[in-house]
Amino acid sequence: MYRPPSHVTMSCVFITDIYMALTCIQHCQRCTSLLRSRSVGITTLQYSTDAQHWPAALWNSFIVRVLPSVLQRSPNPSQTRQRWNLGVRSYCESHAKVQPSQTKHGNTDELPETDMVSYQNPVSHQLIDGGMLLKEWQTAFDLDDAPGHSALEEISHEEAVHMNIPAALPPVSISLKDYVNESETLGKLIQLGVQLWKLEQRPNVGSMLLRLDFQTDVTPRLVFLKQLGVDDSRLGYLISHNPFILTESLENLQARVAYLRSKKFSAESVASMVSRAPYLLNFSVKRMDNRLGFYQQQLGLSAQKTRDVVARLPRLLCGSLETVKENLKICKLEMGFRENELQHIVTVIPKVLTANKRKLTQIFDYIHNTMNIPHDLIVKFPQVLNAKYLRIKERHLFLQYLDKAQYDPAKPNYICLDKLVSLPDEAFCTEVASATLKDFELFQKTM
Amino acid sequence: MARASVRVFHKLEGLFSIYKPPGVHWKLVRDTIETNLLKGINAAPPPAPRQRVQFLAEPTSDVAEGSNELALSAASVPALAHHPLVSGPEFQHIGVGVGHRLDVFSSGVLVLGVGQSNKALTDLYRSHVTRDYTLEGELGMATDNFSHTGRLIERTTYDHITRDKLERVLAMMQGSTQKALLTYSKVDMSTQGAYELAVKGELRPDGKSPPIMTGLRLLHFQPPHFTLEVQCLNETQRYLCRILHEVGLELRSTAVCKGVRRTRDGPFTIQHALTHQHWTSTDVIQAIGQYCSSRKASKAKHTQPGKDTGTASQRQEMAEEAAVTGDSHRLHSVLTSKAFGS
Repeated sequence: MYRPPSHVTMSCVFITDIYMALTCIQHCQRCTSLLRSRSVGITTLQYSTDAQHWPAALWNSFIVRVLPSVLQRSPNPSQTRQRWNLGVRSYCESHAKVQPSQTKHGNTDELPETDMVSYQNPVSHQLIDGGMLLKEWQTAFDLDDAPGHSALEEISHEEAVHMNIPAALPPVSISLKDYVNESETLGKLIQLGVQLWKLEQRPNVGSMLLRLDFQTDVTPRLVFLKQLGVDDSRLGYLISHNPFILTESLENLQARVAYLRSKKFSAESVASMVSRAPYLLNFSVKRMDNRLGFYQQQLGLSAQKTRDVVARLPRLLCGSLETVKENLKICKLEMGFRENELQHIVTVIPKVLTANKRKLTQIFDYIHNTMNIPHDLIVKFPQVLNAKYLRIKERHLFLQYLDKAQYDPAKPNYICLDKLVSLPDEAFCTEVASATLKDFELFQKTM
Repeated sequence: MARASVRVFHKLEGLFSIYKPPGVHWKLVRDTIETNLLKGINAAPPPAPRQRVQFLAEPTSDVAEGSNELALSAASVPALAHHPLVSGPEFQHIGVGVGHRLDVFSSGVLVLGVGQSNKALTDLYRSHVTRDYTLEGELGMATDNFSHTGRLIERTTYDHITRDKLERVLAMMQGSTQKALLTYSKVDMSTQGAYELAVKGELRPDGKSPPIMTGLRLLHFQPPHFTLEVQCLNETQRYLCRILHEVGLELRSTAVCKGVRRTRDGPFTIQHALTHQHWTSTDVIQAIGQYCSSRKASKAKHTQPGKDTGTASQRQEMAEEAAVTGDSHRLHSVLTSKAFGS
């Protein structure tokens, strides 16, 4: 029977242990306790029937090498485990020393890298960097013990069944698919409805999610959000858009909620703000205070009205203030709205503060100059500034074609701007234009 | 067994036309339609969740190494790697191709194709199908980009212009471009075959050619506004605006273009074009079905023996076009009067 030279066996065992250690580290941060906890009684064999995502060559090269050394006939499985413990412990100790010398794409930086780093790298790193590692392995092992069992020796089925084989996970991957079957955190996040396929495209978010422990990291924050009043169905949306809420410290989160409550936001409004603006609680108290102060000062609104505006559009507290300042300048200077008119518009349609400048000016230009609607009428119906330009244009031209475009309330056959903009097509055609939908479509094709 | 989403995708593979509104870039339109079609495809019911088998060794009371008892139980566990939240929606991108493009200023019929039908779209794009445009012009102004949105350069009077003069100028312009049609068709003019083709209106440029107007007509004239109807080949919308400017110059005045509207692109007319409320997958499937059935009906009518000029598909396109537009008669009259006089 072929007996590989001893140093190859050594390296096989070494690689096995490194591999085990790597998978342990990837699973959870407590590698030694994991191995120890796997000891007694029930052993589980994980054999997955669905296709592995590895290239076939990798599978062949590793499993052939790894399994025989794992399936060494040992009279006592605890002895094998002891050897593993020793090896892993020494690895962990040396790991702390090796760490600073490693380059950034080391073995702990796993998953969604855009390039799939080959499997050989982390291991070769170890072999190169830790010349001392190899020596430590050698001292940790009893040299008389190891070559006793050949890597290619046959063992019985029972031993094979009771042997501990951890999950064969790739150390680096471009997708979370490879880890989702084994990771508790990811499985629970899927149950919540988190869109992992979107999150894994963001840089480093996938690794971050895998490193989280469900019991210690995720659960306290979910409980906190529930206590805040966020609906269960919204938790998935929240985490899909802001996964970093799971790494924010609980003291900070509580401090920020306490600040909002101190500013007399009701509990329900805080809950609705958090569920509609997922990044809200990641911003510091100072920043939120700054923004609230800015809105109150610039708009000149009372505290209650500022609260209403912010509660309706919570992302005002999240985004940059420069765009809001520019929009306010446009409304005052270009469009010529007075202070009190602007206040009224913002309280009815807060979205005007974060709207696209070009679109806002285009709509205003059309409404004021082409449709000849005066300022006071626009202020009465600010929702026209929120509508789509094409919609306003088509409907206005249709009414003009039918000679019904009359927007002055003083004269007869007055058409309300609100109805012009907010009604759906059918209702608009029948009520406002007294025409059929087909006519409207034919007219659209003449534009 | 194909998945439901794949079946919906196959239904969507076809050519259809939409009405592009003015002021919107054609790429935005194409992206909007792609998003809407993806919504329709991914709304189909997903396949059943996959399961994987996990073997668990049952705890037996005598856990001796030498025991011959191998009690394993199989458990069927959901395979989360194929869960839609992990792998994403089934379709994340589909290939929507655009035929002859329309610039931001113009509006009208825009032909799109999905998936496999992009090949047919390329064939349609390369074949010399004519397109119908409606141009709205205003006399008395000249701008730098020939349209009313440009910077004003010149103002002129237009009182001397009558309908008669305008029509004469249009006829002259059409005649000058007809010559180009004959020269680029690469057919020997002194043959009987050439004459027969010309009579049927099947003379078309072969290969590259400059923009050629095959028909030009005045629809509406009320100074300073007037409307023209143009049938042309290989044109761009800017060329059409320039034509309008040249019309103004010929009349010793100036003109700008206020609107360019494509009413027909090959066999696709404005009648079946989808407006922006109907840019959804169900309406698109209906439009594709309509186009297919109309093609089948016209193919049944036009089964003729092959001729040597042009490919079979090209001739069929032209025959369909002729059936649609009815301009073969007009072309015949123009050609027999002008072309063979030289």
